[in-house]
Amino acid sequence: MGEVIVITSGKGGVGKTTTTANIGTGLAALGHKVVLVDTDIGLRNLDVVLGLENRIVYDIVDVTHGNCRMKQALIKDKRFEGLHLLPAAQTKDKTAVTPDQMRELCDNLKKEFDYVIIDCPAGIEQGFKNAIAGAERAVVVTTPEVSAVRDADRIIGLLEAAELREPKLIINRLRPLMVKRGDMMSIDDIIDILAVDLLGVVPEDELIVVTTNKGEPAVLDGNCRAGQAYRNMARRIAGEDVPLMDLEANDGFVSKLKKLIGFK
Amino acid sequence: MLDFLLRVFGKDSGSSRNVAKERLRLVLVHDRADVSPQLLDDLKEDLIKVISNYMEIDEKALEVNLDTSDKTVALVANIPVLRMKRTGKRAEKIG
Repeated sequence: MGEVIVITSGKGGVGKTTTTANIGTGLAALGHKVVLVDTDIGLRNLDVVLGLENRIVYDIVDVTHGNCRMKQALIKDKRFEGLHLLPAAQTKDKTAVTPDQMRELCDNLKKEFDYVIIDCPAGIEQGFKNAIAGAERAVVVTTPEVSAVRDADRIIGLLEAAELREPKLIINRLRPLMVKRGDMMSIDDIIDILAVDLLGVVPEDELIVVTTNKGEPAVLDGNCRAGQAYRNMARRIAGEDVPLMDLEANDGFVSKLKKLIGFK
Repeated sequence: MLDFLLRVFGKDSGSSRNVAKERLRLVLVHDRADVSPQLLDDLKEDLIKVISNYMEIDEKALEVNLDTSDKTVALVANIPVLRMKRTGKRAEKIG
């Protein structure tokens, strides 16, 4: 029996979909059977981030309404045997699926997969309620900004009210040099405020834009620092004890210069 | 060295990082105090149970509210006492 994990944040644009794609791909690269479920009905995006947008025939609404069998809607990834996507519907809205239907869907999926990872839409309305309905564990993504941390706090409260205890936190787009300069909240600052356990920290990395442009998750790029962070998180989810990576390496002027003149 | 420079330029205490932390702390005090009426009702019931061990109170007139002012949140309860119980809980237990 697999595990159902929801990736959520409250605020939009903090990196839920990127996180889902990368952690999911990371887990598949470790040899696990993984399905990624896009619950952002009406604004689907996980398919393009994964580079699977041309293969969609059926979607989550088709499955929950019985228009097709579950297996027919699952899209197999090009790179990993064990990685699958259940896409969101693009032409319907969040009310097309109910929390009860989501619970049933998750129960069916976890019979087939080791990890069912749910990409939650922004907000705290029906889409959020659907996304968390069948989940057993929750991961909250935030960035080191007051607006994102505030929303993360609200989401943690709502998750706990829904019996999803002890959610894990991902701090995305951290800029260690800005923290050092006193111009960005640090990991400890944010953990202090939110009082939750950390799953991982992703340094700001331009390569995320590049990999997303190409539809290839950053975990597959060995040189990508953010990809490294996501690989570590996938291993932590799978139960390994992995220390936080050194965020400052590669971030300074000297290493940038080295990169520029081809030393690295 | 960096710390020294930061102090020289007076960036340490007034840094935007600390401003962000302090603003978040305040805004979350208010956000988190925004509890549901259900929770307040549950709290009221529990309060009545505990206090009734020691005194007789007017349950209908009991008021419990969260009072949020600028920087703090206080739980304000107004509990009219009808009669003190002479023995209290401990005496009851022994007896």
